[in-house]
Amino acid sequence: MAIEQQMVDIIVEQLSVDKEKVVPGASFVDDLGADSLDLVELIMAMEEEFDVEIPDEEAEKIATVQNAIDFVNNIK
Amino acid sequence: MSLTGKNALVTGGSRGIGRAVCIRLATMGVHVFINYVSNPKAAQETQKIITDAGGSADLLAFNVADAVQAQNAIKGLIKEAGSLDILVNNAGITRDGLMARMKEDDWDAVLDTNLKGSFICAKAAARSMMKKRWGRIVNISSVIGFAGNAGQVNYASAKAGMQGLTKSMAREFASRNITVNAVAPGYILTDMTRDLPEEIQEKIKAEIPLASLGSPDDVAGAVAYLVGDDSAYITGQTIHVNGGMYM
Repeated sequence: MAIEQQMVDIIVEQLSVDKEKVVPGASFVDDLGADSLDLVELIMAMEEEFDVEIPDEEAEKIATVQNAIDFVNNIK
Repeated sequence: MSLTGKNALVTGGSRGIGRAVCIRLATMGVHVFINYVSNPKAAQETQKIITDAGGSADLLAFNVADAVQAQNAIKGLIKEAGSLDILVNNAGITRDGLMARMKEDDWDAVLDTNLKGSFICAKAAARSMMKKRWGRIVNISSVIGFAGNAGQVNYASAKAGMQGLTKSMAREFASRNITVNAVAPGYILTDMTRDLPEEIQEKIKAEIPLASLGSPDDVAGAVAYLVGDDSAYITGQTIHVNGGMYM
């Protein structure tokens, strides 16, 4: 499965949002209604799904769906 | 009240209050992981008491003050058992002495085990609880954390610190249906208090309205309440189990 597709699935599950809303430019907080704990859970889910470690200073930069996809693409 | 199918970890579960908590949780249908660090025989005895009564329990050796060891052990537990639903931060040590003579090592050891250990275990356990949208964390504090005690500045500070940990965690995790509460025992008859000289024991009793030391089961009863469904709307609180010696 492509990383994009996997990422959308994780976001849909973690944030309980409709798939249609998970577009590349969507901000987790502003558009998808995530709170700070949601973001932490999302990062942890990404770490598990893609088997990577995401340090806090990197995690802070992941604000949109595209940020998340780019991050995983870069370290994979 | 049944919690069948849920997994619990009780740190310092081999003896004293921890053992009583393990046994009580097992009677509620919980699978109990008995953590211990120095006394495998006592932990095995606790396990045997549970299995003889028809309950189920595993042993899990690790030192709560060793962050890497504790994290790995709890990660492994979650992987093996599928979830960790209940955590009782009970592991505790004392290194008593008057402050004027207390060594830094005695301060560090008590803070590391009692306070930092609780943080480390709770952090690792919360990961599984957040996913399940259900969790119960009970921190075993102490009357000493509220009243203070000459000769125990380290222990009192660690136990008072657990109150801040309890309340802040309760706020952070409430949205995930994880409750975090504390139980603050008074003087309970365990290995920790059994060594006290007779005259000190008599003096202690004189300060307790209910006029006797408590039993580990008295504490286990409060823990059982806080992990069960009857307390679902209670978080960030402390139940004092002390015979009235501190109100």
